[in-house]
Amino acid sequence: MSADRGTRTIRTDYLARVEGEGAMYVRLEGGEVTDVKLRIYEPPRFFEALLRGRSFTEAPDITARICGICPVAYQMSAVRAMEDACGVQIDDGPIRDLRRLLYCGEWIESHSLHVYMLHAPDFLGYAGAVEMAADHREVVEQGLQMKKAGNALLAAVGGREVHPINVRVGGFYRAPRRRELAALVGPLEAAREIALRTVAWTATLEFPDVERGPELVALSDPDAYPIDRGEIVSDRGLRFAPSQFGEHVSEEHVEHSNALHARLRGEPYLTGPLARYTLASDRLRPLAREAARDAGLGPECRNPFKSIIVRAVELVEACDEALSLIERYEEPDAPAVEVVPRRGTGHGATEAPRGLLYHRYEIDEAGTILDAQIVPPTSQNQLAIEEDLRAVVAAAIELDDEALTLRCEQTIRNHDPCISCATHFLELTVERS
Amino acid sequence: MERLSLAVWKFSSCDGCQLSLLDCEDELLALAQRIDIAYFLEATSAVVAGPYDVSIVEGSITTAHDAERIYEVRRQSKALITIGACATAGGIQALRNFADVRDFTRVVYASPEFISTLATSTPISAHVPVDFELSGCPINKQQLLEVISAHLAHRRPRVRAHSVCVECKRRGNVCVMVAHGTACLGPVTHAGCGALCPAYDRGCYGCFGPMESPNTASLSAELARQGAQDIDLVRVYRTFNADTPAFRAASEAHER
Repeated sequence: MSADRGTRTIRTDYLARVEGEGAMYVRLEGGEVTDVKLRIYEPPRFFEALLRGRSFTEAPDITARICGICPVAYQMSAVRAMEDACGVQIDDGPIRDLRRLLYCGEWIESHSLHVYMLHAPDFLGYAGAVEMAADHREVVEQGLQMKKAGNALLAAVGGREVHPINVRVGGFYRAPRRRELAALVGPLEAAREIALRTVAWTATLEFPDVERGPELVALSDPDAYPIDRGEIVSDRGLRFAPSQFGEHVSEEHVEHSNALHARLRGEPYLTGPLARYTLASDRLRPLAREAARDAGLGPECRNPFKSIIVRAVELVEACDEALSLIERYEEPDAPAVEVVPRRGTGHGATEAPRGLLYHRYEIDEAGTILDAQIVPPTSQNQLAIEEDLRAVVAAAIELDDEALTLRCEQTIRNHDPCISCATHFLELTVERS
Repeated sequence: MERLSLAVWKFSSCDGCQLSLLDCEDELLALAQRIDIAYFLEATSAVVAGPYDVSIVEGSITTAHDAERIYEVRRQSKALITIGACATAGGIQALRNFADVRDFTRVVYASPEFISTLATSTPISAHVPVDFELSGCPINKQQLLEVISAHLAHRRPRVRAHSVCVECKRRGNVCVMVAHGTACLGPVTHAGCGALCPAYDRGCYGCFGPMESPNTASLSAELARQGAQDIDLVRVYRTFNADTPAFRAASEAHER
């Protein structure tokens, strides 16, 4: 790296503490940021191609393998899309509740991992959670305890933590017994307490005072904080059904990335915790809403560094919601409804921990998949992350290369990118001139 | 006590198997006191240069760059352990091995010329010698701890290569195939999951790959007798461990 006044390049070839393989490249010429690239070199795995010719019933298990961190998100978007194609709606009752419960498990697991193991070390100045544990063992241990409660929920409803086996088009293979879920109450109550402390603790961290402007996009569930269903809405008044996704979002293929870049009506946009919170903080359950207020969050949050507080608020929400779902759970008569294939196209959109995940499938009358489109959150967020990087570098240009690189990496981690997901997706290089 | 240095490497994969290490919530900090985590990008930005006592490798080889990189990992590692279906069998992305990857690229990417990829997805063992393979999609984290513990104690890991059927019997599951006529790959599938799917009233779908001596012909005949068509038989063997010799032969036997 050079520090002369001419050209500076800041680069990180292997980003750490993100899921998957990416790199960052920033070029500065005479104090101007001239190029910013989030390079996603994670090799392509061609899911949309290999799904062709498979049965509609196989989509949840196959697409789960796109991401080991948020497999439930893939399963949920897939089953919603397939049910949509087949004219089946599961929008209330115990099966929908169980899906939401399973999804809460994934939010708890993924957000605990990100807050404590990937993101907090940036704020406290450690390379990772294990190094952080040498000085802050109790902090890391409570993060792990909360994460474990999320995993226990995933295992109880889904069969296992990574790539759950119990999800099918139409519902589940076996509905859990009330007593199996009752065993989760203690650990989830403890996790909810930890989540509340996490909100208070993250609010004491130091944050640069920034606000970002990309359009914020999230699902809108009329009755609840958005997780598993809803129309797609933005903070600029856009509202459309998942079936209209293709009319509003275009994907482009650029040379520096194996992830397609998504644009909303031609512009970068942001999905994920900041978008969900800004668009739906009024639908948080009272406990999470109060925790957010006590932490000093207003009804909106556009500071990506503060996403760690928003994730903590969402941890409170997910634990509280899971406990409520368990309390009212009645075992269904059948674990799944019958879904008979028919020729058609189906759309499914749900909220992965890191943002909106959209699936579209076209199937024939036998249920064979003819065409598949999967738009993961990180593809949608990639341009907004690059814009964020550009703004961060412009504001911190006086930093030396090492400090600037760290700041850039943190900027990327603020968005919890999942690179494995987005490949059809990340590398950091900063070049200065 | 002797401390091992551990490196965790990623090739083409979903990150789920290395996540299994972070999912050892009760053991992780204790483990970190026994071993030095020298390279594990998903968990830490601190990187210690090799050589390493043990390398754990996730993912398959799908690019020319990765085919080179795995040699360097092998050169730096006293012991190399592969984890998960991608690293041990090529993974779901090995479905390209049954098709033309150029067609796959055109389906997903508007500008195929930007994409550099190999025509096949291959296990690590196809490129370098591997000291131990742990199968599963994903792996079982208790088995991963056993493999690491065994290395600390200089013994072979206790990982059984018998079928899922044995695990079903031990768990006391009712046989879903005999009792309910549910198609199940348990008789030919490697143990390790604890017979999870049958415990959830579902047939095994083979995510741990073939067991040590799989009689796929016999199982296919029984599945056909229960009503499976050729296309169903091709699909059941052709998932996360599709390009293992046993499952490849079993699927090709029913392809017209």
